[in-house]
Amino acid sequence: MIKVSNLTKKYGSNLAVDNISFEIEKGRIYGFLGPNGAGKSTTMNIITGCLSQTSGNVTVGGFDVFDQPVKAKKLIGYLPELPPLYGDMTPKEYLRFVAEAKGIKSSAIGPEVERVMFRTSIKQVSGRLIRNLSKGYRQRVGIAMALLGDPEIIILDEPTVGLDPRQIIEIRELIKSLGEDHTVILSSHILSEIQEVCEHVIIISRGKVVADDTIENICNMNKEHPVLNIVASCTPDAAVAIVDEYEEVTHYAITECDKGTSLELTLMPGTNITEKLYFAFAAAGIPLSYFSDRVSIEEIYLKLTESVYDEEEETASVTEEAASDANEEEYKPMFTEEDNSDEGDL
Amino acid sequence: MKAIYKRELKSYFGSVIAYIVIALILAFVGFVASYINLFAGYPNFEYALCEPYAVFALVIALSLLTMRCFADEKREKTDQLLYSLPIKMKDIVMGKYLAMLTVYLIPVAVMCAWPLILSFFGKVNMLQSYSTILAQLLLGACIIAAGMFLSSLTESQVIAAVMTIGLFLAVYFMPTIVDTFLPDSSMASFICFILMIGVVAIIVYALTGNIFAALGVGFVLEAVNLVLYLFKTSIFESAFPDMLNNLSIFNRLTPFANGTFDLTGVVYYLSITGVFVFLTVQSLEKKRYS
Repeated sequence: MIKVSNLTKKYGSNLAVDNISFEIEKGRIYGFLGPNGAGKSTTMNIITGCLSQTSGNVTVGGFDVFDQPVKAKKLIGYLPELPPLYGDMTPKEYLRFVAEAKGIKSSAIGPEVERVMFRTSIKQVSGRLIRNLSKGYRQRVGIAMALLGDPEIIILDEPTVGLDPRQIIEIRELIKSLGEDHTVILSSHILSEIQEVCEHVIIISRGKVVADDTIENICNMNKEHPVLNIVASCTPDAAVAIVDEYEEVTHYAITECDKGTSLELTLMPGTNITEKLYFAFAAAGIPLSYFSDRVSIEEIYLKLTESVYDEEEETASVTEEAASDANEEEYKPMFTEEDNSDEGDL
Repeated sequence: MKAIYKRELKSYFGSVIAYIVIALILAFVGFVASYINLFAGYPNFEYALCEPYAVFALVIALSLLTMRCFADEKREKTDQLLYSLPIKMKDIVMGKYLAMLTVYLIPVAVMCAWPLILSFFGKVNMLQSYSTILAQLLLGACIIAAGMFLSSLTESQVIAAVMTIGLFLAVYFMPTIVDTFLPDSSMASFICFILMIGVVAIIVYALTGNIFAALGVGFVLEAVNLVLYLFKTSIFESAFPDMLNNLSIFNRLTPFANGTFDLTGVVYYLSITGVFVFLTVQSLEKKRYS
């Protein structure tokens, strides 16, 4: 559906997206993960034609976003990070305007607007000015806008930011139901959200794709070094006595916690002693309050983006030193100049 | 394009801005016209349109009209919607431009009543009056296009309005300044052109960020300038002052008011409008590359 190949985007000398390639298949929900400034929004903006790439290309449904922008954009419904809403219009007027701009036939606009308003449950506010709506409702108007014209691909950039827990659940349900007959790309910081909603995850870090797989596969990624996490209600000594009997355990870390003992076992590659160990603890009469052979996506995420943060910290400390070396009076004007650089472009 | 046009028009009339613009233009033209036609007794409504008061009011009113068209979209981040819609950028620009032109058409339409009313009380040269009103319409179309372009350069409505007013005040006073300060000799023109090309090169650098492109453009133009000066000195005689005088779009109104239908003036206005509409499209396309 979407094919991104060797995409690079530079802002001046700053490399935001570094030669990334991936493919989005039809009819699935994709999660876009990454730390702040990793290049998520930039990539989404390029896919939707809001930004142009420095090199590489993107095709949507076979149409090159750069050469045939109108055809490519017709296939996409896009909700940017900040919903682009006109405060002086009501949601109904706004949706009618976008529907017309998207080229929907005038006879079909009325029912289409009704449909998306029903789907995002914004009917009760459809007559109020957008500027007076709460953030949650604005977000929903934004999503309704993306759904107009029933595009095959729906791209949502952090759609649940600023919503209350109930709204978040509603929006997640909506995204899930959209995934049944659309291709959905969703970016988020909230890992549990991605884990719950998405089938496939693309993790971007520092402008590079560090993982591109199904949630299942990503969570099983360290099968080479299987890990078991156990919390047992016993003393550390009792736990060690049981674990020591298995030679598959190559390494263990033990900490005492308020529920007893927490163990993290590293096993030999390709071994599985999950059941054996479970029954061994049961036979010894030790209840287990936690037992997991899977790694949560949080851990994977931290691991994959970890190296990047380490590097960042290093460079940060270097610049700090450099800054403290420099004369403060010299340093300050540089800062204000940078701050005003946006206005300077005018 | 139609959707954008309709939305813009609705938003102008939904807020107070369209009414202010219409009232401002009509009030000042009406004030000047009543002075000329009613108190002084001239049957020529067209004279009122050339009066400085009317011209200033027009510039200020139209910069109020154009200031928010793209600046506000950028500030509110709604420009992202425009970029992601399956519409060509030139259609978006044209939609917005035509909406502003439509607002401006209302005071122009009201002005069309003046010569008719005057004709009840004496002999009025209808052709002369209406051709000047047409020229006034084209002049406004130029100002709107330039204002729209300046609005696309900034996020601040105030800066957009100030730049538009500043630009047209400079253009208005240009002939006076040129006549007072610039000498006619070919040497002076040659030096002025050297400086002007330098400014052009700086602008090219500011827009493209490419030092080689800027230097290239600068060197080629300076070389042409030098060669022309060495081999055809005569064409430099008062060339620079003439060029600046020709840029003054307000002077083009006078021949119409004096009874000449100046076709070059019409072409001139239309081309300035076209250039600014084109530049607006380019400035918005460029934002994608930043």
